Amino acid sequence: MIELKDLYKTFKTSKEEVSAVRDVNLTINDGDIFGIIGFSGAGKSTLVRCINLLERPTSGQVIINGVDLMRLSRKELRAARKKIGMIFQQFNLLAQRTVEANVRYPLEIDGVKRADADARVAELLELVDLSDKAKAYPSQLSGGQKQRVAIARALASRPEIILCDEATSALDPITTRSILALLKRLNEQLGVTIVVITHEMRVVEQICDKVAVMSAGEIKEEGAVHDVFLNPQSETAKRLIEPEAHEGLPEGVAENTLRLAFTGDESGAPVISDMTVQCNTMVNILSANTENIGGKSFGQMLIELPPDADERQRILDYLDTRGIHYEKGGDA
Amino acid sequence: MSQSMIDLLASGTWETLYMTIVSTAIAYVIGIPVGVILYITAENGIRRNRVVNITVGVIVNILRSVPFLILLVAILPFTRAVVGTTIGSTATIVPLVVAAAPYVARMVESSLKEIDAGVIEASRAMGSSAWQMITKVFLPEAKPALLVGGTISLATILSYSAMAGFVGGGGLGAIAINYGYYRYQSDVMLITVALLVVIVQIFQEGGLKLVSKVDKRLR
Repeated sequence: MIELKDLYKTFKTSKEEVSAVRDVNLTINDGDIFGIIGFSGAGKSTLVRCINLLERPTSGQVIINGVDLMRLSRKELRAARKKIGMIFQQFNLLAQRTVEANVRYPLEIDGVKRADADARVAELLELVDLSDKAKAYPSQLSGGQKQRVAIARALASRPEIILCDEATSALDPITTRSILALLKRLNEQLGVTIVVITHEMRVVEQICDKVAVMSAGEIKEEGAVHDVFLNPQSETAKRLIEPEAHEGLPEGVAENTLRLAFTGDESGAPVISDMTVQCNTMVNILSANTENIGGKSFGQMLIELPPDADERQRILDYLDTRGIHYEKGGDA
Repeated sequence: MSQSMIDLLASGTWETLYMTIVSTAIAYVIGIPVGVILYITAENGIRRNRVVNITVGVIVNILRSVPFLILLVAILPFTRAVVGTTIGSTATIVPLVVAAAPYVARMVESSLKEIDAGVIEASRAMGSSAWQMITKVFLPEAKPALLVGGTISLATILSYSAMAGFVGGGGLGAIAINYGYYRYQSDVMLITVALLVVIVQIFQEGGLKLVSKVDKRLR
């Protein structure tokens, strides 16, 4: 279990003090995949570095499995860090070592015998599906492959926790999905606790159980991903979840258009199909930007209404009945 | 050209190579640890220590700012104490090392500064000790830059060794001065210079070939 208590981190420059983390209290349970989301500069990378004391908090406690890391000696801290794996946005592999030698590094510094280490490395490369790249150098790998090596390396010393600092931010969407799927699988197979720092909602959506929303160094809200998504309380969470929904209709949209907003409160029923059947009419979908998060639809859709006034009214009545929020063109 | 002159040039070339290579090797034995100390005790280093950093830095700077010929003469008693003489190739190695080690230390320091900060952060996160970081991360990751630095150091030390010819050092520098300068044998002068140029070229090309072979980043 990771407990952060009254955590503050202030950076002093010659001119000013910047508080990157302010009064953070968080508990992350064993086996959780915990997301910390926020816009750039929110302090999330600093916060995650406080968990393994890469950044030493200005004040507060970092308690892992009951031990306050701040009180440990240098040597004890090194031992504690071996139980906390970390992966990074830029992968941070040793460029002059082969893939297998990179994965072997944590075992070398832990004094594991060469034969045992080699066996463990082979096992880890198998786990991340990179056995065929064992002799390659990082410069010969794609971004996704580099991150897999980094994951294998992070797992080598059998950590209980893995910290991911924007681990997929340098990767394309498809590679991102596969890396996230791998993390999810490791969480399920090995029971390792994963802390995910990201600015991307879809990352949280794909793998996290719980999420904390961060802004200006503070945790604005936290809870189960489902709850935060369905009912975001803080302004930051709302902006992260539905950036477009707050923008309203584009300028100069014709009067016969309607913007539907899906905020996850609707049932899973296919709204548009049902509407056209129920109202015995047809609509033209001009644009749609919806996402399925935790089995609920979020986003918006722009539809063109039929010319007939009765049909239009039936549609509006239908939407009212279903409780779907809409906005008419020309309203503004 | 007489056979004796050819023999003289051959032994001069050999002496120059001996002085240069042995001095460079010893300079690295001293320069690598000093360079590592400068690097890890610096402001953002893994063992920040202002006192050590400034003290070592000042000593290095003082030694580097003394012109080589003056250093050579100034440490003659020290040279005699170490090798028992102040004349010849072996005696030249002492001042060459004293002059080159601080130079090498700065070269090593600047090579280490090129290491990606993210890689260092990752190795800290994995629980590496300072010694493990130095031996398994810093020096191996900086290896290509260190080799480039070594190539440059070799050429610099070679030119220093030639200067030592003025005050009883051996090698091609001494031949150029004794025959080319004092006896006005400009052909000997030209040949020694040409030989020095060729040696530098070989060091330079060989060094760069080695670097591109060793560096795993550019493939």
